[in-house]
Amino acid sequence: MAESSVPRASVAGAPMAGAPAAQAVPAGAGTAAGLGHDRPVRAWLRFFRSELRLVFGRRRNQALLAVVGAFPIVIGIGLRIAVHDRSGGGGGGGGGLAFVDQLAGNGVFLSFIALTLLLTLVMPLAVAVVAGDSIAGEAGYGTLRYLLAVPAGRMRILAVKYAVVVVFAIAVAFVVAAVALATGAALFPIGPVTLLSGTTVPLAEGMLRLVFVTLFVAAAMASLGAIGLAISTLTEHAIGAIAALAIIVVASQVADTVPQFAVIHPYLPTHWWNSFDSLLRAPIDTGVLLRGLLSFGVYLVIFSSFAWARFTTADVTS
Amino acid sequence: MTEVRADPAGVSAGPAPAGVHAGASVPAEPAEPTAPSSLAVASSGLTKRFRGGQVAVDHIDLAVPRGSVYGFLGPNGSGKTTTIRMLLGLAFPTSGSAELLGVPMPAGAVRVLPRVGSLIEGPAFYPFLNGRDNLARCDAADRTADPRTAPARINQALERVGLLAAAKKRYRNYSLGMKQRLAIAAGLLVPRELIVLDEPTNGLDPQGTREVRGLIREIAASGITVFVSSHLLAEVEQVCSHVGVMRTGRLVFQGRLEELRRTGAARIRIETAEPAAAAAVLERLGLADPQVAGNEVSAQLADDQPERVCAELVKAGVGVRGLAVVSPSLEELFVGLTGEGFDVDG
Repeated sequence: MAESSVPRASVAGAPMAGAPAAQAVPAGAGTAAGLGHDRPVRAWLRFFRSELRLVFGRRRNQALLAVVGAFPIVIGIGLRIAVHDRSGGGGGGGGGLAFVDQLAGNGVFLSFIALTLLLTLVMPLAVAVVAGDSIAGEAGYGTLRYLLAVPAGRMRILAVKYAVVVVFAIAVAFVVAAVALATGAALFPIGPVTLLSGTTVPLAEGMLRLVFVTLFVAAAMASLGAIGLAISTLTEHAIGAIAALAIIVVASQVADTVPQFAVIHPYLPTHWWNSFDSLLRAPIDTGVLLRGLLSFGVYLVIFSSFAWARFTTADVTS
Repeated sequence: MTEVRADPAGVSAGPAPAGVHAGASVPAEPAEPTAPSSLAVASSGLTKRFRGGQVAVDHIDLAVPRGSVYGFLGPNGSGKTTTIRMLLGLAFPTSGSAELLGVPMPAGAVRVLPRVGSLIEGPAFYPFLNGRDNLARCDAADRTADPRTAPARINQALERVGLLAAAKKRYRNYSLGMKQRLAIAAGLLVPRELIVLDEPTNGLDPQGTREVRGLIREIAASGITVFVSSHLLAEVEQVCSHVGVMRTGRLVFQGRLEELRRTGAARIRIETAEPAAAAAVLERLGLADPQVAGNEVSAQLADDQPERVCAELVKAGVGVRGLAVVSPSLEELFVGLTGEGFDVDG
């Protein structure tokens, strides 16, 4: 700990024994700035990759994806037993659940069933955890002040955070669809898909429609993520942001079922989530799909603007 | 010292912030030119008023010369951390302006902060990542850092703070001293011109405190300006060349450490059997604040030479048993500036 002879202004680049790459380190202080400026895209990608690793490498989030992925298996097994009992005992219909009547004939429908069921709470909750945690979690750990001092840039932090929330939303949607498809294929027959409108399309086209359905659900989750991001800029308690977002989802879904609120139904954040069933008809009702996507887009723009306005002007006191 | 001029971004050496040297009771660096490039940190009328109306930082004019080790002192709650947050662009000033290395903040944050390392209000990392991954995360967020040299630079920073052996340990399992050192390592990932350390010894045991002091010395020896805040003068006085003293949001002193020492008036203390007579002599000589306590008489020694006072006492027939000139310690001066105890002024 005594005074050591370190070359001037090159602390980090000071050649040390056992550090072979030291020569590559810029020695002058003046070169520190400007290195990445010629490659802004690479610098963005590097930060994005770091954020991806942070979110997807975190055990909590991995567990979250695993739990979300376990649901379709449980649902599949449950429905397999129910379908089996019914064919033996000649019981009633599908209990009002969409797509169940089709499931007995085609395992592909397990994907649509799982997406419908899990969109009510499980998938929004998973997205809420990551979106609500995005800024508030950093503030809670205190790492936000160090990211700002790096400087990562406020706009850049927000953009990278949201980009990874979107990736997580896509991951959640595809995990559900893929696990459900695999489970459906294992437990039920697979073949040409009979759409809700009665037309039968080849299996390949059914698969393609499933991909679009999943993307639509991912878009819905991404718009929810934007709301979560905005809430996340308001607090340093991630759990508060997560809970607030979960409450919004539940409240919106409850309001959506009350006929007296019909006037506001199209404007609710969750109203269009299940509109993906338009993709399972021939012809596809693109009007409904586009209105849904418009709703997602509007929510995304409003809340990401709010997040930007708040985050770029607020004092970071955590 | 003139590197700022060579900044590729073309930082215009703007006019010297008005009153950089004005507000403080003692000019910071009378010998140095007042061009902004000679200051690593400068602020002018920097003020932060919280929403509740409380003024946390009240028109402070910092002047931190390049190459100095600047001790930013003051009791807890005197506005040090709020000032540092404004300097680093984490909080926005209500009024006034600040510059780091001649670049205005927070507008120039992207340009200047890569050259500034910092430890703000204690270390903070992801508890679920290990030390090395935490530094990699910091480095990845820095758009000016070269990813090709990142592993080597991270290794060097870890080695510099003695954490190489604990690099694979999760941050959650680090001791407080290790956490502190990791934060300093993060500040050393790329070459810096200025290091800002906010209470780097907070919560450390004496051994850890000494380690941090040693690190500060090393950093300063390599030519980097160090701006270090503390509520304990004793912790930084050995390493500082300059000090700024805060009290309830105001900068009540700024200058070289010796200048702070000089502000304390020495007192002459006389031990005598005739205190009343001695006091009369001191009063006749015009010495300020004469005090009698038992057999001891003391007074402030202005420019009077102690020899003259002694001669006058003898001439007046006062028997002098002992005579001493006492200078106040830095600690006493510091307490005199900031008040006794913690949070004296709320």
